[in-house]
Amino acid sequence: MNTAAVQDSTTSTRGPNTPVLEMVDVGKSYGNVNALRGVSLRVRQGEVTCVLGDNGAGKSTLIKIMAGLHDYTEGQMKVNGIQRNFGSPRVAQSSGIATVYQDLALAPLMSVWRNFFLGNEMYKGPFRNLDIDSMKKICDEELTKMGIVIPDLERPVGSLSGGQRQCIAIARAIYFGAKVIILDEPTAALGVKQSGVVLKYIVKARDAGLGVVFITHNPHHAFLVGNHFVILKLGRVVLDAHRDELTLDQLTAEMAGGQELAELSHELRGVDPGKVVAPHEVEHGALDPGLTQEEAAELRTELSDASGAPQTTVSEEK
Amino acid sequence: MATVTTTATHDDRVKTRSALSTLFGMPAVGALIGAVAVALLFLATAPAFRNVENIGTILYNASTIGIMAVFVGLLMIGGEFDLSAGVAVTASGLAAAHTAWYFGLNVWVGVFVALLFSLSIGAFNGWLLHKTGLPSFLVTLGTFFVLQGVNLAVTRIVTGGVSSNTISDMDGWASAQAVFASSIDLGPVAIKIPVLYWILLTALLSWLLLRTRVGNWIFAVGGDSAAARAVGVPVVATKVGLFMGVGFGAWLLGMHMLFEYNNVQSGQGVGNEFIYIIAAVIGGCLLTGGYGSILGAAIGALIYGMTQLGISYAGWDVDWLKTFLGIMLIGATLVNMYVKKKADAR
Repeated sequence: MNTAAVQDSTTSTRGPNTPVLEMVDVGKSYGNVNALRGVSLRVRQGEVTCVLGDNGAGKSTLIKIMAGLHDYTEGQMKVNGIQRNFGSPRVAQSSGIATVYQDLALAPLMSVWRNFFLGNEMYKGPFRNLDIDSMKKICDEELTKMGIVIPDLERPVGSLSGGQRQCIAIARAIYFGAKVIILDEPTAALGVKQSGVVLKYIVKARDAGLGVVFITHNPHHAFLVGNHFVILKLGRVVLDAHRDELTLDQLTAEMAGGQELAELSHELRGVDPGKVVAPHEVEHGALDPGLTQEEAAELRTELSDASGAPQTTVSEEK
Repeated sequence: MATVTTTATHDDRVKTRSALSTLFGMPAVGALIGAVAVALLFLATAPAFRNVENIGTILYNASTIGIMAVFVGLLMIGGEFDLSAGVAVTASGLAAAHTAWYFGLNVWVGVFVALLFSLSIGAFNGWLLHKTGLPSFLVTLGTFFVLQGVNLAVTRIVTGGVSSNTISDMDGWASAQAVFASSIDLGPVAIKIPVLYWILLTALLSWLLLRTRVGNWIFAVGGDSAAARAVGVPVVATKVGLFMGVGFGAWLLGMHMLFEYNNVQSGQGVGNEFIYIIAAVIGGCLLTGGYGSILGAAIGALIYGMTQLGISYAGWDVDWLKTFLGIMLIGATLVNMYVKKKADAR
């Protein structure tokens, strides 16, 4: 039903340099607190824009502005080049901006297909009976399309894993006509394998022509899928770079606070806690803490297999 | 392993459940097992229970609980309670009787005033819940006491006594009685009309819950109202509607009580709200919302009706009825949990 709309939008507005969502010097103040100052950001279709930042950096405020929960107080936000002020999440959604929050907005005891169509149910006939067969069929197709295997669509969502739930929420947002999808720390509560599933899914969403805003505080996850990186600190953008302009180490260092971290380590060096346990045999340079070298390499290849290497898409678009 | 060939159009990853496990996955199944057990118990021990003519009495007894239990069950699936449901029935009957008698109007006017009154009590409960953000347990506990007081005080003011005045000599009585309190003979069994309403409502509300958008919304607001709101479900309207549904049930039952007995005792109905909730819980509705069955709630009411009459038919001490109910409530909840766990594991 809404797939036609998605395809229209992807073809009509697709172009390497037209940002589907653009923020110019956007600021937000709550009374005398400036939560966000002078933030400029571009979200292009077919690109993953990663927004990184520590707690309190302004990530949530940024999401809330894009999702229509809050209005901004300074600057401009443009959707497809037209300045917009969203009054409510519904308005944002109808403009094609879907947000998948950490709590996912799924009702745990309801079946997968009922959750998928929640609020957008299909019905038919004079008594407006739910069109259960069509809904199940579409739900199955959409999930299969994105490579999510759920054996029984009648199962309650609560019995699925965190990664599967995340994927259902993303698939739903895409099916119901999203052009930009904002993911609020989708991997924060997940294990390594589950994170991998979600990251692959982010790549698929990008390849489907969506603009993806990936909010995270894990630079390793961001670097695996991101085309563009924005780091927020104390409500300001401190880094805005393309993938080919920086390395994972630089990103991690920036994310960890760069100069601040150096100062902190200097400070802490003075406090020698003494040796409590024998040093572990920790391999350095792993992709993710808790991820072995082999797993990391595997995940990397899988991701690039699924998408074509992200680097190439960037250079084409640049 | 036996190989099953599936056609290409059928996704073989989606395993179809066996009919048995689908049956046992239904929330009403615990209640169904309970109903069969209770029926067998009394069929064995109470000779009068085996009498076909008593089927009508048992069903009638069940319907006076069941009409409310199906609405209360729906409300509980939507994640809320209504403790005022018991006295609301009495309040509705009194509203009709007092309006008709005091102003000397056709009883049908009273009936429609009572309908408006009952629906507005429900709407008020829902609105107050939304406005205050208090739990429905507390909000409707307040309404419960308010209505209890109003029932007594207004009846005293209007009639000077504790029951409404007789309205059987007023205009419209005969037709209203035919609608709300008539009886149909099916061979040896006399079926009172509330039984038909009860069955009709069970079918209608089951359809509403399982086959319409509104039903999907009810499950969602009960399961996670924040999630429901985030995807655009009108949460407040759904909840207010559910409370108004309980109001409608209270009106229907209140009208039956009025036209069956000709007057209404103002102190009636206190404590019945818990019987409605018990029926819904036995029927598989979760106290936390988001899960349950209307058919189950109706079967829960049937269990109550069978138990109440069965105990007296068996010649047991009727004083033990509530004790029996309490034990059955815990038992049914445990059976439901066990069955649900088994069904999910398949």
